Amino acid sequence: MSDPREPKVSFRDVHIAFGAKKVLQGINLDVMPGESVVVIGGSGTGKSVMLKCMLGLLNPSQGSIKIAGQEIVGISDRAREPILRKFGMLFQYAALFDSLPVWENVAFGLTQAKGVSRVAARPIAIRKLAQVGLGADVADLSPSELSGGMKKRVGLARAIATDPEVILFDEPTTGLDPIMGDVINDLIVDCVKSLGATAVSITHDMASARKIGDRVAMLHQGKIVWQGPAKTIETCDNPYVQQFIHGRAEGPIKMEVRPE
Amino acid sequence: MIEALAAIGRLFLGFLRAIGQLTVFTANAISHCAQPPYYLRAIGQQMVTIGYYSLPVVGLTAVFTGMVLALQIFEGSSRFNAESAVATIVVIGITRELGPVLAGLMVAGRVGAAMAAEIGTMRVTEQIDALTTLSTDPFKYLIAPRVIAATIMLPLLVFVADIIGVFGGYIIGTSKLGFNPATYLRNTADFLETIDVVTGLVKAAAFGFIVALMGCYNGYFSKGGAQGVGAATTNAVVSASILILAADYVITEAFFSK
Repeated sequence: MSDPREPKVSFRDVHIAFGAKKVLQGINLDVMPGESVVVIGGSGTGKSVMLKCMLGLLNPSQGSIKIAGQEIVGISDRAREPILRKFGMLFQYAALFDSLPVWENVAFGLTQAKGVSRVAARPIAIRKLAQVGLGADVADLSPSELSGGMKKRVGLARAIATDPEVILFDEPTTGLDPIMGDVINDLIVDCVKSLGATAVSITHDMASARKIGDRVAMLHQGKIVWQGPAKTIETCDNPYVQQFIHGRAEGPIKMEVRPE
Repeated sequence: MIEALAAIGRLFLGFLRAIGQLTVFTANAISHCAQPPYYLRAIGQQMVTIGYYSLPVVGLTAVFTGMVLALQIFEGSSRFNAESAVATIVVIGITRELGPVLAGLMVAGRVGAAMAAEIGTMRVTEQIDALTTLSTDPFKYLIAPRVIAATIMLPLLVFVADIIGVFGGYIIGTSKLGFNPATYLRNTADFLETIDVVTGLVKAAAFGFIVALMGCYNGYFSKGGAQGVGAATTNAVVSASILILAADYVITEAFFSK
């Protein structure tokens, strides 16, 4: 049994650079078990890079990332495999496998990583689809036959199919209309709560951040410049946060008009 | 001056980086092909895609090649009264050289391009990252089945292409060049040696490996959206074709140099 006081996810002084461009410059962030943390920040500030570092898709040049107390920076692919089984992820554009029908997408983690037979996995996939508001008639469709909102729902069903301990959400409402965005936010909250999972989301949609986050962290120029409870975000006096949540052009955040 | 040298240096370093990347990718691919677990369903699907669906294009290539070969050899050999060698030269030419090389090139165009496009699209739409998050090694799930299937199916395809190619020569030989059917077949069989067929099949296996490897490699490292996938597809076909021709020489040299 893991220590409930130990962070489920812990970043310590994480740095990463691509050539001369320093993307993360000393990230420190703890996410406690069962907590939902939303990382906000402008485009190109390194939010997606943070998630990819957690998954081992990118290797930080410096610092430590621990998942349930286990260091994941610098470990082998083989050692990372059992850790990855604790994760579920909803990708920005769902990243469904085109070559597989919807139910096989949802059941992929069960059939491939957990060795569940296809016969046993199908009803589980249909149950997970129902959990995100999709009927069994969708199960045999191809991802190309789905709308953007449906793809997100299927992506969410896939993310929760293996009952993960940590769920990552990469811009969950991008490309959706506000109503569908809110539906997805509600589903995310329901799914995370019902699983008792820890959630890390990245977004620049403030409505989404307020709804799905217990705590919000703001990323700017590769550093966490503010973090606090989601409900205090409106009243905090951090100038970066205030400029970001009100979408003002004037303020300490200067938008790059061309890459460095 | 210094800028020009720096540009050359950058180019050279980029070339070395690409060689290193390809070497590591090849070693990874071979190691995943050699170690279980195997995704048998994926291998089966790829075998059908690479082998069965390539049959029409490879068969048509083989039959026309056999027909042209018979005509050309008849034309050439008649200059020194050696027309009777047509059947023998057609079968040796097809089995040793033209069967595997043309099948390899056709499959590079059909299958290598499709692999690069499919894997490249998976890369730019984050499907490969999604595989990793679902505890599935992309090398095991995507690369190994394609490499294994292509290495097994190309020899089978070439074997069929050899038969069709010889049949093409037979049609022209008997219908247009006046050969007696029985004599043509006897000349085909009598002078054909096992090594002729074996070298062709060994080449085919090597070409299958090359086609799948270059398709997967270029797709796996593609970036930049639709344009990147397009470039990956082109590079897959061009690099596979050149490597097929280079490997053809190396294997021929290895088998027949004295």
